[in-house]
Amino acid sequence: MRKLVLPIAMLLAVVGCSSESGGGGGASVPGVTDTEITVGTHMPLTGPASAGYSQIAPATKAYFDFVNAAGGVHGRKITLNVKDDGYNPANTQQVVRELVLQDKVFAILNGLGTPTHTGVLDFLNSQRVPDLFVASGSRSWDQPGKYPGTFGFNPDYTVEGKILGSYVQKNLAGKKTCFLGQDDDFGRDSLAGVTGVLGDAGVAVKQTYTTSVTNVGPQIDAFKSNACEVVILATVPGFTALTIGTAARQGFAPQWIVSNVGGDYNTLAKSLGDAAPLLEGLLGANYLPTASATSDPWIQLFQKINTEYNAGAPFDGNTIYGMSVGYLFVQVLQAAGKDLTRESVIEAVEKGGFTGPGLGPLRFSGDDHSGYGGLRMTRVTDKVQAYFGPTYETDSEGGPVTEYTVAPPAPPANGIPAAA
Amino acid sequence: MKIVGAFLLLLGLTWIIPAFQNYQLATVAAYLCATAGLTVLTGQNGQLSLGHGALMATGAYTVALMQNAIGVLVLSLAAGVLVTTAAGAVIGVAAARLRGPYLAGVTLAVAVVVPGIATMFDDVLGGDQGLTFYLAPPPFGYDFPFERWQAWIALGAALLTMLLLGNLAASRFGREFRAVRDDEIAAKLSGIHVARTQILAFVVSAAAAGLGGGVLAVLAQSVSPGAFSLTLSLFLVMAIVVGGLGSLAGAVWGAILLVALPDLTARVTDVFALSSAFAQRLEGNLPLAIFGITLIVVMILAPGGIQGLVRRVPYRLMVIAPLLRLVKGR
Repeated sequence: MRKLVLPIAMLLAVVGCSSESGGGGGASVPGVTDTEITVGTHMPLTGPASAGYSQIAPATKAYFDFVNAAGGVHGRKITLNVKDDGYNPANTQQVVRELVLQDKVFAILNGLGTPTHTGVLDFLNSQRVPDLFVASGSRSWDQPGKYPGTFGFNPDYTVEGKILGSYVQKNLAGKKTCFLGQDDDFGRDSLAGVTGVLGDAGVAVKQTYTTSVTNVGPQIDAFKSNACEVVILATVPGFTALTIGTAARQGFAPQWIVSNVGGDYNTLAKSLGDAAPLLEGLLGANYLPTASATSDPWIQLFQKINTEYNAGAPFDGNTIYGMSVGYLFVQVLQAAGKDLTRESVIEAVEKGGFTGPGLGPLRFSGDDHSGYGGLRMTRVTDKVQAYFGPTYETDSEGGPVTEYTVAPPAPPANGIPAAA
Repeated sequence: MKIVGAFLLLLGLTWIIPAFQNYQLATVAAYLCATAGLTVLTGQNGQLSLGHGALMATGAYTVALMQNAIGVLVLSLAAGVLVTTAAGAVIGVAAARLRGPYLAGVTLAVAVVVPGIATMFDDVLGGDQGLTFYLAPPPFGYDFPFERWQAWIALGAALLTMLLLGNLAASRFGREFRAVRDDEIAAKLSGIHVARTQILAFVVSAAAAGLGGGVLAVLAQSVSPGAFSLTLSLFLVMAIVVGGLGSLAGAVWGAILLVALPDLTARVTDVFALSSAFAQRLEGNLPLAIFGITLIVVMILAPGGIQGLVRRVPYRLMVIAPLLRLVKGR
């Protein structure tokens, strides 16, 4: 037993020493000084979901650098502290605690992933940390009573599922429709939307996958042997590519319809390499301008920022997504005013009235914490992913799918949202 | 009783240090339950297990399910230990008939299969997303820091584990463990029931791992298969080897390493001005590499692990001190 004393004494010393670095002083608002705001995020920079997603945080950072170069927001520069969780919920637990308890960030911005972020909701809520614009369309983010500080960004997966389902109903009627979803709230919420429109019997074969198993052969077998003609995918990019590639190898070529989170053409083409032509005719839905729309003023702005502040990284849907999040956050900070507190920022989001590059409405309010409420269909033709048809909006309940006709405004001339 | 004193000191320390250090301290304590258990099994009884991460998962999932069903933490942790003990008994019976690589193979299979069970029965166990559960606030009121309360739970569990395992090692059973490790035939000739001793060691070790896993679940208030991958099982073995195989003090070093090394690698990548993409790639894989390198270096320079090195230090100092005096004298 005496032998134990030394290691335990060392532990005492180590833990005792590091305590000095952690002391944050008596700052009134964590992560906010007169000249700086520090926010944090968790992203899969490695692991099964890193394809494409690892570029989101650098893009958000690039937008912040662009704003910082112009003087920041209310005289404060924005710093984004990015931690890799490898899309592993256990790691997310660890890194989010590090961000909140150790690095004392003001807020968590755009934490990515349904399975990963679900596990930290209670922790963030108990610490009263604003949990802004989660990068996932799970319906869990929209529970103002239970999680007053959590807000979504993406249209929720049920909204998207309903819009995809109604496209199938109108344009692919009579075709045998099947569904592959991630085995968590992402897949479940999406399927709920699809069956909400097509009915339970309208989806002939329902399959799931888990990100820890990189083989979707059995699922493809099930689709093929049931002669599915349309397959709706609620998959992350790596698994969209895997599914389409595996199906091609097994001689199965249905009409694919992909959720926006896993349907970015450039990301998929990069993953598939030589097999990229398989993506021709791919249908999907999205709510942010596509990289191919080079005449769109938002795309011109983002491309400029990408060249100047993101070392000219590949310009794709992830880049656009990351910068759109950055734009919304700056807009919120402008609205929250100079006396920035955790309460004032949440109040500002709930006041709503935000616009941006998105096609659908952003309807934040006291009792609505979901993100974008509409999407538009996309199709890949000759290596170009482009929009077609109208933008649709709907709710995540039984409401109808209707057209949304308000076009997004042009970005401000200097690219930075004005103070409210 | 010095160990109790040290733990009381640690409990006191939780008042001073900030929240994140409390969380890290609690994580060390949770891992300590498992590394101490594995030390008894591998270091003292000579059986290799590559499946202790899976046993931790068994404890963790039991705690999560019990918390959601009943919600009494002490009961949940006890149930976690009980279920893992039963699982350990089953594996232990098989293990007692196997040696060396065969035993490694069976326990490896356990490590691979158990996380798969979570995805197989996803409606009960939540698949890759795992389960979250409610943990009652500290009984000292809502203002009491939650991380300090978690550290107390974890340190309490670690103290209990260390006391029981320490006493076990000093008892007749402990001597039988070591006798079986050193020479099975000699042990049998001395009237020791080898298989029974091996099963007992496995059961005790599993129970400790189950408690560690349960405490780990309490710290995160959730469980998911990603926390108990094959990598964790391998890390646990590496940790006790680097820490110093065979002594419970080595298990403490091992538990500290399990928490400190990934943290350290993140800091190292921060120091070097690497391109961000490269640093990102590195950060995901570097802890494994560093652990491997540490293992090799320690095995070459200090075959007894960190604890072995520490034990030799006073002796070295005694050699160096007279030399220094000689030099200074001239």
